[in-house]
Amino acid sequence: MRQFNKHTGKVVPLDRSNVDTDQIIPKQFLKSIKRSGFGPNLFDDWRYLDSGEPGMDNSIRPVNPDFILNKDCYQAASILLTRENFGCGSSREHAPWALDDYGFRVIIAPSFADIFYSNCFKNALLPIQLSEEQVNNLFEISSLEQPINLLIDLEQQTITIPNGDILKFEIDNFRKQCLLDGLDEIGLTMQYQDEIKKYEEQRRKQAPWLFVEIKA
Amino acid sequence: MAARTLYDKLWDAHVVRNDAEASLLYIDRHLVHEVTSPQAFAGLRLASRDVWRASSALATPDHNVPTTDRSKGIVDPISRIQVETLGQNCRDFGITEFDMNDRRQGIVHVIGPELGATLPGMTLVCGDSHTSTHGAFAALAFGIGTSEVEHVLATQCLLQKKSKNMKVEVSGELHSGVTGKDIALAIIGKIGTAGGTGYTIEFAGNVIEELTMEGRMTLCNMTIEAGARAGLIAVDQKTIDYVKGRVYAPSEEHWSQAVETWLDLKSDPDASFDQLVKLDAKDISPQVTWGTSPEMVVGIEGSVPDPAKEKDNVKRENMQRALDYMGLKANTAITEIKPDKIFIGSCTNSRIEDIRIAAQMVKGKKVATSIKLAMIVPGSGLVKQQAEQEGLDLIFIESGFEWREPGCSMCLAMNADRLESGERCASTSNRNFEGRQGQGGRTHLVSPAMAAATAIAGHFVNFTA
Repeated sequence: MRQFNKHTGKVVPLDRSNVDTDQIIPKQFLKSIKRSGFGPNLFDDWRYLDSGEPGMDNSIRPVNPDFILNKDCYQAASILLTRENFGCGSSREHAPWALDDYGFRVIIAPSFADIFYSNCFKNALLPIQLSEEQVNNLFEISSLEQPINLLIDLEQQTITIPNGDILKFEIDNFRKQCLLDGLDEIGLTMQYQDEIKKYEEQRRKQAPWLFVEIKA
Repeated sequence: MAARTLYDKLWDAHVVRNDAEASLLYIDRHLVHEVTSPQAFAGLRLASRDVWRASSALATPDHNVPTTDRSKGIVDPISRIQVETLGQNCRDFGITEFDMNDRRQGIVHVIGPELGATLPGMTLVCGDSHTSTHGAFAALAFGIGTSEVEHVLATQCLLQKKSKNMKVEVSGELHSGVTGKDIALAIIGKIGTAGGTGYTIEFAGNVIEELTMEGRMTLCNMTIEAGARAGLIAVDQKTIDYVKGRVYAPSEEHWSQAVETWLDLKSDPDASFDQLVKLDAKDISPQVTWGTSPEMVVGIEGSVPDPAKEKDNVKRENMQRALDYMGLKANTAITEIKPDKIFIGSCTNSRIEDIRIAAQMVKGKKVATSIKLAMIVPGSGLVKQQAEQEGLDLIFIESGFEWREPGCSMCLAMNADRLESGERCASTSNRNFEGRQGQGGRTHLVSPAMAAATAIAGHFVNFTA
């Protein structure tokens, strides 16, 4: 996995709460069997005026000029600022894939849905949880005509805002290390193969019905 | 040992190792479908990894499959490739798959329990958020992303942080016609779609005990709509009776030992919960959602709320936005709302009991002429077969419903079943998000009884009055 250490980028404020994964990447794009290529269809229903289908040439589709991601000043933004319960709904990892593929590296919100939050870490996408008040403040300063840049330092767990103030954020240490080192979690678990086998052996004796083979 | 909740017990029984920040949890059962698995299998191939215990997994295509005549296969080439990819991956890695033409095919969360692949005391995962369904069997069941699907395939384990414990207690006497679906929506209405974030919710109280297994599955299924990854209900005689004799249930040899173990799958009387929520059954009437989030819900006797009365700015804007999307005016009586389509199906409400209830409501009556399409999509081939043996299909066809093949169908409209822009649907599914059932489509979440009664009346109706 890609490492995440520091990131400086432009913030786009998406002033909506409960943004669900169906909005982040609508279901028709989930038919892909690949992990990449979802970026052009991120927020598809909000971003374009027509009805999106897989295989369309997105560069010639009519865009919704009112949608914040389409504003000129927010092009090349890499930090998404949004409201509570971001990523609720379906477990589709296509949601972080689409955000990543679009170019986002950090998402800031007062709260995230559990499965989405966990999926972000598997894709080097950093979800930062701040207090409602801190998020409100960021919305206030980023709603000015001039978009703001933030410096995110994962090691230090800090966000530096344009006036030089520093915000601290919390993150669980294991997830932080995985991002800093770009760790392959499966590889990590594979180190404990013997322990897994031992557990299995013991469990098979205690509860053999859990090991009934699924066969046709 | 300190008093433990049901969740604590299930967790403790599956810990392979504890580290300071996360635990390695053993996964007993893995359900696999076509949408969230192809990239996981590709990842295995890329890293030259094998599947740890292929016989623990059960696969079936459900999201993309057509619900009409299947003899011609899947028309949409991209859907077809995804379904074929699942078949190829299962063959390559030795996983049992019930394909589209197998009568055991169906929605993963319907076939798991009906085949006995879901058992009390298990950890069960699937790349699908509605995996919480299986918690009705006191199994620790939760949805995972594709990276975690790959992790489970490769190692039979997941790195997890333990959630907090929440108990939702529903007591008293339910009004007639109020079902598991209404209880679920009423709970979400009370605690909100993020109310359960970070928790595993155990449902308890006499009302939960009195629910059938189907009702309990509906309730646990919707736990994720309250923000909690997993919902749980303690084992009782109903759980045991439901499991007995199913294909993958414990053999005679192990049955009594299994039952003895299962009977301990309940919270200790003095176990403590981080949060307790109580609902009185008498306050729950048949529920109908009016907005674009499952928490935007009201009883059938109510009306569409008025954003002008909401003091919180963000909430008021969300309400107004939802009303605009839904094409509804504030203060409209719910019974005045007229759907264009009726969908009875999904992993929430497509089991035999749901279909029986709906059949009872429409027997001898005709679907209102204003309804463009009313469809019943059984949750599995076996549910369909059972319903047909009981003659339920004929009741529906007679009254003007379409009787379809099993799958996820119009719950998320990945196949051809969908709403057109502006169409309004009374749906027994689980999400009323914008565009969920088709771009511009307007979803009202209801129980099967309400959906069936609405099909006949042409508008939402208080069928209990």
